[in-house]
Amino acid sequence: MIEYRIERRSGVSTYQQIVQQTKQALRLGQLQPGDKLPTAREVVELTAINPNTVLKAYRELEREGLVEPRPGLGTFVRRSLARPEAAADGPLRAGLVGWVDEARAAGLEREDIAALMASVLEQRFDTGVTPAGATNEDNGGTG
Amino acid sequence: MNNPTDGQPALEAVGLGRRYRGGWALRNCDFSLPAGRICGVVGPNGAGKSTLLALGARLLAPTEGELRVLGEAGNTPDLRRRVGFVAQDKPLYPRLTVAETLRLGRELNPDWDHRTAQRVLDQGQLDPKARIGSLSGGQRTRVALALALGKGPELLLLDEPMADLDPLARHQLMGILMAEAAERGTTIVLSSHILTELEGVIDHLLLVQSGRIRLAGDLEQILDAHRLLTGGDGSRLAPHTVVERRSTGRTTTALVRTDAPVDGSWESSRPTLEDLLLSYLRSPQTDTATDREAAA
Repeated sequence: MIEYRIERRSGVSTYQQIVQQTKQALRLGQLQPGDKLPTAREVVELTAINPNTVLKAYRELEREGLVEPRPGLGTFVRRSLARPEAAADGPLRAGLVGWVDEARAAGLEREDIAALMASVLEQRFDTGVTPAGATNEDNGGTG
Repeated sequence: MNNPTDGQPALEAVGLGRRYRGGWALRNCDFSLPAGRICGVVGPNGAGKSTLLALGARLLAPTEGELRVLGEAGNTPDLRRRVGFVAQDKPLYPRLTVAETLRLGRELNPDWDHRTAQRVLDQGQLDPKARIGSLSGGQRTRVALALALGKGPELLLLDEPMADLDPLARHQLMGILMAEAAERGTTIVLSSHILTELEGVIDHLLLVQSGRIRLAGDLEQILDAHRLLTGGDGSRLAPHTVVERRSTGRTTTALVRTDAPVDGSWESSRPTLEDLLLSYLRSPQTDTATDREAAA
C-alpha cells in the first residue's frame, strides 16, 4: 500500500502532493489496478494533515479516471500509468543510464544533470516541438 | 465523514464581546464556523484567543452579543456532553493517577470511547499508575487530550494544545486529531501561535488581533483573495487594499487584498498561510474599517 510523505514547506499544496505521489506510484507500477488506496483516516493519522485534503485529492484522481470509490470498501486503482516503454529493462532507460554515466564522466554533478534535464524537457515540450514520427501521446497509451 | 455543509454552524458569533476588569478582551466579533471544519484561531498573545475558546466552552459568559455553540445559545448539560475543551493550563486532578483520571472520564461520560483515549496514552507510553502531579507538561497534555477525545465530542476546542509537546508527540497527537475528524466529522477549533503547526492542518481561519476578528472564513478563499506582490518602485498599488508593504532598496514587497487584476509590472503570487499571517500580524493598524474605506 502506498504511504504518502508530506513536505509542509515545499510550496506544493498537500493536496497536489498526494495526487502527484499517487501518479508517481502508478507510473512506476507500485500501484496496480485493483489495489486499494489507504483510507483518509489512515493517511491523516500518519501524516497529520487535514482529512478534507485527502478526500479532495482522491476526488481529483477519480475525475481523471485513475481510481474509483467502492462504497463501504474504499478507493481502488482503476488504471495504471505504467508505460511499457519506460520499464526497468527497456531500451529507453538503458539509453538514459548511458547518458547519465557520460554526463558524470564529463564532470557534471547531480544538480547539474537535473538542471540540464529540466531545461531540455522544458525546451522540447513547452515550445511545441514534436519528435519526428511521434503519435499523439494521448492515443499512444491505450491504443 | 459527515457532510460539513449540512446543518447549523458549529460556532456562530453575533456582536460578541467580553469585558474583564481591565477592559474589553473581545469586542464586536461576528463570524460563523461551519460544522466539520478544522479551524485555526491565530493571533498574538493577549489577542483574545483564550477568551474566545472559553466562551465556546461556556466557562465564560459574554458581556454582550452571543456565541451559539452547535446551535445552542445557552449552557445545557446536553451541550457540555457534545463539546470537548482542553484549556491552556490543562487542569486535571494532580492527586489522581493516569488510570484513575481515565476512569473518571468513563464514569462521567455516557458515550465514553475508551479505545481512543487509551490509544492517546499508549502512544506516549504513560505509566497508568503515575500521579498526574508527577507528570511533565507534555504528558499532562496527553492525558487532557485523551479525556477530551474519549468524550467523542462533536466540537473540540483546544487552547494552544501543542505548546509543550516535543515534535514527535506533536505529530502523533495531530494525527490522532485528524483521524477523529476523518472518522466522526468532528469540528476542531485550535488556537496556536506556532504558524507552521497549522499549515496543511486547518481549512478555516479566525485571525484575532486586539480583541477583534480581522479575518474569518474558508482558508482557500482567504488565500485566493490575497496576492503577494514584488516589484519596482514605479509600480502602483492604488486599486488594492494594502495589508502590508515593505521596501528594501529598489524592491517593494506587498501583501494586498484584491479581486481586481494586478498591474503587469508586479510579480504576483498566491501567498502561503505563513506569508498571509505574518503580514497581518506585522501590521496591526490595518483594521476592517480601513479595508472598507479603501473598498469604497
